[in-house]
Amino acid sequence: MSWLIEVDGPSCIGSGMCVGMASEHFELRDGVSRPLRSQVEPADEIVDAAESCPVEAITVRDAESGAVIAPEP
Amino acid sequence: MTTTESTPRSYPFSAAEKLRLDPFYAELRKTEPLSRVQLPYGQPAWLATRYEDAKTVLADPRFSRAAAVDNDEPRLRSRRPAGGILAMDPPEHTRLRKLVAKAFTVRRVERLRPRAQEIADELADGMLESGSPAELVEDFALPLPITVICELLGVPYEDRADFRDWSDAFLSTTKLTEQQVEDYIDRFQNYMAGLIERRRQQPEDDLLSALVEARDEHDKLSEQELVELSVGILVAGHETTASQIPNFVYVLLTHPEQLEQLRQQPERVPEAVEELLRYVPLGVSAAFPRYALEDVELGGVLVRAGEPVVVGVASANRDEEVFSDPERFGLDHEAGPHIGFGHGPHHCLGAQLARMELQVALETLLARLPGLRFAVPEDEVPWKTGMIVRGPLSLPVAWDTEA
Repeated sequence: MSWLIEVDGPSCIGSGMCVGMASEHFELRDGVSRPLRSQVEPADEIVDAAESCPVEAITVRDAESGAVIAPEP
Repeated sequence: MTTTESTPRSYPFSAAEKLRLDPFYAELRKTEPLSRVQLPYGQPAWLATRYEDAKTVLADPRFSRAAAVDNDEPRLRSRRPAGGILAMDPPEHTRLRKLVAKAFTVRRVERLRPRAQEIADELADGMLESGSPAELVEDFALPLPITVICELLGVPYEDRADFRDWSDAFLSTTKLTEQQVEDYIDRFQNYMAGLIERRRQQPEDDLLSALVEARDEHDKLSEQELVELSVGILVAGHETTASQIPNFVYVLLTHPEQLEQLRQQPERVPEAVEELLRYVPLGVSAAFPRYALEDVELGGVLVRAGEPVVVGVASANRDEEVFSDPERFGLDHEAGPHIGFGHGPHHCLGAQLARMELQVALETLLARLPGLRFAVPEDEVPWKTGMIVRGPLSLPVAWDTEA
């Protein structure tokens, strides 16, 4: 099982929340977050980052089914 | 490379005066972006004044807030700060942050906008009924964010006189005695514990009830954490916005051409709020030191493992490398990625709420109070002292009334 991470660049406000919570999965490039790898092994801190993003710019999906894992609606 | 042996400069460099930022920050950004400083209490520290270095210290996991707990952390008053969410690192910090983050996302905050607008309009109605002049802090700037956070969290608005007094315990440097600080924090926590007990008996549709459920049904946080987090949200949820509303109005009134432009183009209020967040140095000093967990090269120096770094947020927001003509306030500044709400895991929880409230506040004041101006000479506006935030104690304003 693996997950897909997407960051919506235009929504991102560059708060650095995801980088602070999950530094192995996100980086800021020109003030905008992006995943270091778009397909990853499941890890709690990725969900945490998606759930804590102040503008909900991060979406985590199941790579096979495409179902949204985070953020919760 | 500078060594840690150089004698630290006494910090803050000067007493806060109105919204003026000490020009020495600009000099340090050029010549000594990481410099040695000595705050009134605690160990000497590094002060980071450039934007990029500031962001590194605030978000890079090599810098820790939690390590401050075991150290004599650099600070503005003798009392050691309590632990809590501001003294935690991920993943421990994430456990608490996650519980409340959902309530403050842009999506949730936008749902509160109509209610915030209603409150702002009622306050403006009150000012218009009493007639010009009015006192902006008591009549508008305080009740707006206090009402919003009370309703969101689930705290009775009627109790505001008490918790406003107690809030100073978290923001005072010299305003309160140490005994008062202890006493107010005690009373505040007892008060909040009482509210929590009531929610336990009878849950409501509010954040306090959601946190009680997180504690009781899912064991996500301790009772003490529940109390501290709720107190923290109530304090931070009103005090800073209540200071920024009059700060922003003060900046606009002292930049009449910018104010006029905003009157002509009220749709630019969101941009104006971002520029004001960049420009206004809300804090009187860098605070909340981060400790290096390993040796880190930063700003041309080697920060050694175990050394604390404080971040000059207001200085970073005026970094010439990032912002053009940064010492000037102007709507023509591109809405830049300021760090007025901090950066990294401790990025202000209420940032989106504060943005929304500040937008509603300025839009309402501009629309409802034509010709808004100082009702006293600018020099007679009294400012807070002995507190970690800047802001007018009172701001008498006048406006054009229909003849």
